Amino acid sequence: MAETILKTENLTKRFGGLVAVDKVNLELVKGEVHAILGPNGAGKSTLVNLLSGDMTSTEGTITFEGKDLTGLPPYVISHYGLGRSFQKTNIFPKLSCFENVWLAAQSRQKTSMRFFRPARRMKEVEQLTLSSLEKCGLLAQKDVIASSMSYGEQRQLEIGMMLATQPRLLLMDEPMAGMGKEESEMLVQLIKDLAKDYTLLLIEHDMDAVFAVANRLTVMVNGRVLETGTPDQIRSSQQVQEAYLGSEGGF
Amino acid sequence: MYNTPRSISLFLGILFVLMLCYPLYGDLIFGSKSSFYMQKLTSIIILAILAMSLDLLVGVSGLVSMGHALFFGLAGYVLALISPEYDAANIWIVLPAVLASCAVLGLIVAFLTIKTSGIYFIMVTLAFGQMAYYFFNDSDFAGGSDGLYIMMKPAVMLGDLQLLNLEDKHTLFYVCLACMALVYLILRMLLRSPFGQVLVGIHANEHRVKAIGYNTTRYKIVSFVIAATLAGLAGFLAATQYGFVNPSQLGWHTSGYALMMVIMGGAGTIFGPALGAFVFEILHSFFESFTDHWLMLMGTVMICVVLFLPNGIGGALLKLVERFEKKNKHIQTGDNDNG
Repeated sequence: MAETILKTENLTKRFGGLVAVDKVNLELVKGEVHAILGPNGAGKSTLVNLLSGDMTSTEGTITFEGKDLTGLPPYVISHYGLGRSFQKTNIFPKLSCFENVWLAAQSRQKTSMRFFRPARRMKEVEQLTLSSLEKCGLLAQKDVIASSMSYGEQRQLEIGMMLATQPRLLLMDEPMAGMGKEESEMLVQLIKDLAKDYTLLLIEHDMDAVFAVANRLTVMVNGRVLETGTPDQIRSSQQVQEAYLGSEGGF
Repeated sequence: MYNTPRSISLFLGILFVLMLCYPLYGDLIFGSKSSFYMQKLTSIIILAILAMSLDLLVGVSGLVSMGHALFFGLAGYVLALISPEYDAANIWIVLPAVLASCAVLGLIVAFLTIKTSGIYFIMVTLAFGQMAYYFFNDSDFAGGSDGLYIMMKPAVMLGDLQLLNLEDKHTLFYVCLACMALVYLILRMLLRSPFGQVLVGIHANEHRVKAIGYNTTRYKIVSFVIAATLAGLAGFLAATQYGFVNPSQLGWHTSGYALMMVIMGGAGTIFGPALGAFVFEILHSFFESFTDHWLMLMGTVMICVVLFLPNGIGGALLKLVERFEKKNKHIQTGDNDNG
């Protein structure tokens, strides 16, 4: 049996009376690309925020590689090997592409409380920065100021920063949001490449993209898991058809 | 991006040498007023140190403190309180004591304020500054609103040998100048270090810095403590120069002036706020020479700076250099006239 990398048990997040995430039990197998589908307001982004530590759960537990992550802050979770990219582009706009990724790579040093030696002399960090830039396909643009790059490139940069933190599980919150067709295709290819080396948890609206890359899907509605299965199972599921896909006119 | 262009370093170097040589030409230009101007210059240099230390918070880390004078004034009080009354204090004891007390108070204030952000951080730091103001203003041991006198300036001795005589105005001038250069170099070094990189990131997008694995609170606290300590150095020099401390040195006026120097000079550039201190104080003296309402004129200048030089003098200089270099590149690639 394949190894479980991430597991949530009864994960719940309430905002006052609203239950955004309702007793979610999720199990991610090492090496898979797991996509979470669901209409707006299904609680997908909240789920990612719970996993990354940006929000604290009301109830339930998160276990990653056998370690309990529940209630830990984002910077600790990052060091456990969980990387995340954001739905809204979240970069350092005034810094160059290289500097953006550098900062992420530098975080893998034992400490950055170092005051004397110039940062740029750290060869290890430089190598990690360059290799991450290469993986996300931005090596050629490394000296471009982030804010002057195209939207698609900024999304790539976002991924590059995540990779520079040397994660084992990537949480990607709608990586294709707002992208044009060509950019999306490029990103699908990038995700396929990443899938060779990492476990991915993907939240995505773009159905074509999801079915092109995911091994397993979880459908969420109103904060609850409706069904989990392979793309074929989900496609043919009566329940999913009715609850979600049907209402949007299927594929 | 965070390296100062060579031409600006050259410009700063020239200004520094000009100040260094002031005792040589001061008499020729200002005649009998030369000594007065040198003392004035000394006090501006001290304020430049204060402004640069505040820039580490405001410009680099993005923490707008309205209570930075707390550490400036505290340093003076600590010096006055631990100095013997009719004898010179030993600088090797009082200076570390002053800096350490500023660092410790900085740590305490940082612990209590750093989790707030934006307007709340401004208000809480302001509140701490004012608390200190009233504490010293209402304390008999600290001389109340009159403050305290430091009769003898600290002695810089090595065994029985006097290394420097701070009572001498020229010596004090050079000591302050050296401290300013040192603080500038320290801050530049910090900015280039791994630590400084994290601060720059926090200023730009703290949320993201957390997400990539940094405990941002810890970095902000350390930057606050460093800034407090450097402000303490400025306060130590100021108290040494004036020979007294009073509550106004740690009140919100002083904090506000320091902030104006940073804004005028260009937050985040380090050298800018130092220039800002000079411009601010020179304008201050100039305006004060013909009206008591100098703050009104200064306010007008501030409004103009914010409107027309949003990145301050430092930002304007950087832009100028950038434009010039671009032009130069064009010429050099076009024809080789401009060698």
